[in-house]
Amino acid sequence: MSLLIPDSGLLFWMIISFGVVFVILAKFGWPIITNMVDERKKYIDDSILKAKEANEKLAQIQEESNMLLKQAQEQQSKILAEAMEMRNQIVEKAKTEATVAGQKLLAEAKQQIESEKEDAIRDIRRQVGILSVEIAEKVLRQNLKNDNEQMAMVNRMLDEIMK
Amino acid sequence: MKMSSCRHSGFQKLFLILTFFMLLGIPAVAAEPEAESTESKIDISGMIFGHIGDSYEWHFTNIGDTPIAIPLPVILYSKERGEWFTFSSSKVEEEDYQGFYIAEEGDYAGKIVERNASGEEVRPVDISLTKNAVALILNCIILTCIILSCARWYKGKEASTDSPKGFIGLMEMMISMVYNDIVKANIPVHVQRYAPYLLTAFFFIFLNNLIGLIPGSANITGNIAVTCVLAFCTFLMVNLFGNKEYWKEIFWADVPGPLKPIMAVIEFIGLFTKPVALAIRLFANIMAGHAAMLALFGVIFITSSMGALLGGVMTPLSLFFCIFLNLLELLVAFIQAYVFTMLSAVFIGLSQPSHHHAE
Repeated sequence: MSLLIPDSGLLFWMIISFGVVFVILAKFGWPIITNMVDERKKYIDDSILKAKEANEKLAQIQEESNMLLKQAQEQQSKILAEAMEMRNQIVEKAKTEATVAGQKLLAEAKQQIESEKEDAIRDIRRQVGILSVEIAEKVLRQNLKNDNEQMAMVNRMLDEIMK
Repeated sequence: MKMSSCRHSGFQKLFLILTFFMLLGIPAVAAEPEAESTESKIDISGMIFGHIGDSYEWHFTNIGDTPIAIPLPVILYSKERGEWFTFSSSKVEEEDYQGFYIAEEGDYAGKIVERNASGEEVRPVDISLTKNAVALILNCIILTCIILSCARWYKGKEASTDSPKGFIGLMEMMISMVYNDIVKANIPVHVQRYAPYLLTAFFFIFLNNLIGLIPGSANITGNIAVTCVLAFCTFLMVNLFGNKEYWKEIFWADVPGPLKPIMAVIEFIGLFTKPVALAIRLFANIMAGHAAMLALFGVIFITSSMGALLGGVMTPLSLFFCIFLNLLELLVAFIQAYVFTMLSAVFIGLSQPSHHHAE
């Protein structure tokens, strides 16, 4: 059957036209299109990857900010607690200082009072001494109005010394 | 899977044709002795083969008795006379022209022949631009224009631009389908080397299949010469770039010792049967589709000539089948292009075995 026998003329034209089409398209057609398709595919893949990364980063940032907030809150409460403690300490210290100072003052006052009391007592004693000497003098002067008595007195005194 | 289903559809078509030929054969055989007496008898097989085959002029139809046809250039080299001849096909259509005429019968029936010194019919070297050749060149120009216009859209565009819309978008979809699902899926390495050929083959076959379905156009992919060249290209692509392991698998297959020579012979034959099967499959599918459709159209004329009632009943029926078959052929146009490209890619992929592949 002639259908099954390739005709040489058509073979010739087929080889030429298919060859030319192949060469032209292989040079100017397909590479441009397939490269573009590949590039776009890569671009889309990259974009998806980037979006994923950005999402991850966003989540990370959110987490970080949450953590920061939490930390800040913790710090705040810590600072507050410290401040409270410090205040208490200061108050405590002030109190103790005040008591110490008060006691010191009190002690000083007591001492002063004591010493002044002693001074006063000494003074009183001296005054009493002076007064008693004066009284004794007056008594003596009363008693030694006569010579006998004076002599007796002198003797007695001498005796006393001599003893 | 796909291969077998295609063969299946091919068989179905062949079966359809055979049944129709059997049906047609009865009146045709019966008509043969009468042919001389009644010239108006319809020559269905002549009509079918006239449409499927090649011719020196592009014949569209007859209006009354005047044929509407475009004469095409005939290019011959006569070995007898040792010179080139170029003339219009209209000159040899009816009578001899410079000793050339179209043979009525014999080995060269339908071809331009001349007589040598001893009076025998011989064929000159014939590279005439026949109907198929002209249609082939036209389709090649259309294909080139389509693809280059698509490629022009991409030139100077960034990867970040929107994907194309409309026709270029459709082309891109199909190109990526072939590129990703056929080429990349089957060929593990050197994709850039094979992609242009496979893409060209796919779109060449697809476009020619589609244009072949237009009434009045030529049956290009249903011509064995065309499919032979395509299959030969696949053969070259497979065997020119086949790597060492591929040749080792052919001539020194991994089988027990005594089987090695047998396998080598089988594999060596397989080298050639693969492309031959490719060529025959495409040719037979497209040719059979055309023949089946033409046979169904022929039913209209045969039954009409047999009687008005029979013609009236059969015409809508065969018209229905024709439409159905035409739609089926649209599908086949795509499937055959896909199958040819897919099998070519598979064969090419097999010619690039790697250690990883072998494991």
